[in-house]
Amino acid sequence: MSDSRPNGSLLGVIVSHAAVAQALVAAVAAITGIEGVLVPVSNEGCGTEALAERLRQAVGKGPAVLFVDLPGGSCLTSSARYAKQHADVAVVTGVNLAMLLDFVFHRDIPPADAARRAVEAGGKAIRVTGA
Amino acid sequence: MSLALYRIDDRLIHGQVVVGWGQPLDCSFIVLVDDEVRGSDWEQDLYRMGVPPHIEVVFASVDEAAEKMAVWEADQRVGILLVGDIDTAAALATRANQVKRINVGGIHHRAGRSERLRYVYLTDDEAAKLRQLAARGIDVSAQDVPSARAVPVGEFT
Repeated sequence: MSDSRPNGSLLGVIVSHAAVAQALVAAVAAITGIEGVLVPVSNEGCGTEALAERLRQAVGKGPAVLFVDLPGGSCLTSSARYAKQHADVAVVTGVNLAMLLDFVFHRDIPPADAARRAVEAGGKAIRVTGA
Repeated sequence: MSLALYRIDDRLIHGQVVVGWGQPLDCSFIVLVDDEVRGSDWEQDLYRMGVPPHIEVVFASVDEAAEKMAVWEADQRVGILLVGDIDTAAALATRANQVKRINVGGIHHRAGRSERLRYVYLTDDEAAKLRQLAARGIDVSAQDVPSARAVPVGEFT
């Protein structure tokens, strides 16, 4: 995957089961018109090594926030291992559309700050509505 | 009930194990047998994160697992035992005669391996090791999730 970002620009990588990541990227683009700052990675057909390679290619030269679908499992273990080896990569679990919509407009901060911000923005979107 | 599933899965603890098998089996404990994970608190914390609090996770080396197998088999609760590769499964089966069945749940692509099933890639040497386990009287089959057909070892090695 080519990396055409300007140096130092923060990237979001969505790491998910099946095509969840791809669908979230498409949804963000449909809502905001912003493209090229989110990269989808699926664990489909991947063992640990293959998923690590997909992550490496998606992150490129970094920095990045990895948005993982579940707080455990192969997407998380691979992402956490990757982040452990790369100081400019942070990991958030429980990705949702709301946190991504906030993220794409607030990328001029360090990855760890962006990760904390995503937790806040994503959490605010989860609520019971109606009667 | 004891250990209901002996599974080879290179992802170790993940959704298919915890939810896919864990729910229908009503699993109460997971034994993860892996020398490397056993030696790393950081890796253990990572794998524990994927497991709901009502399921106990036990980390063991192959040596420890061979010793404790009888205890786990006598446990009143239902458990799942996981290993990450065929060599670990074979080492355990050699050391512990409680291993009667092996579920191949996920061995993914790597250089030198060829596709045997959508979720099973093996080198010829690995396929031979699985057949050797079967020749010792162990029921070896591949099945990623409970709703899928259990594919006998002869069909994919």
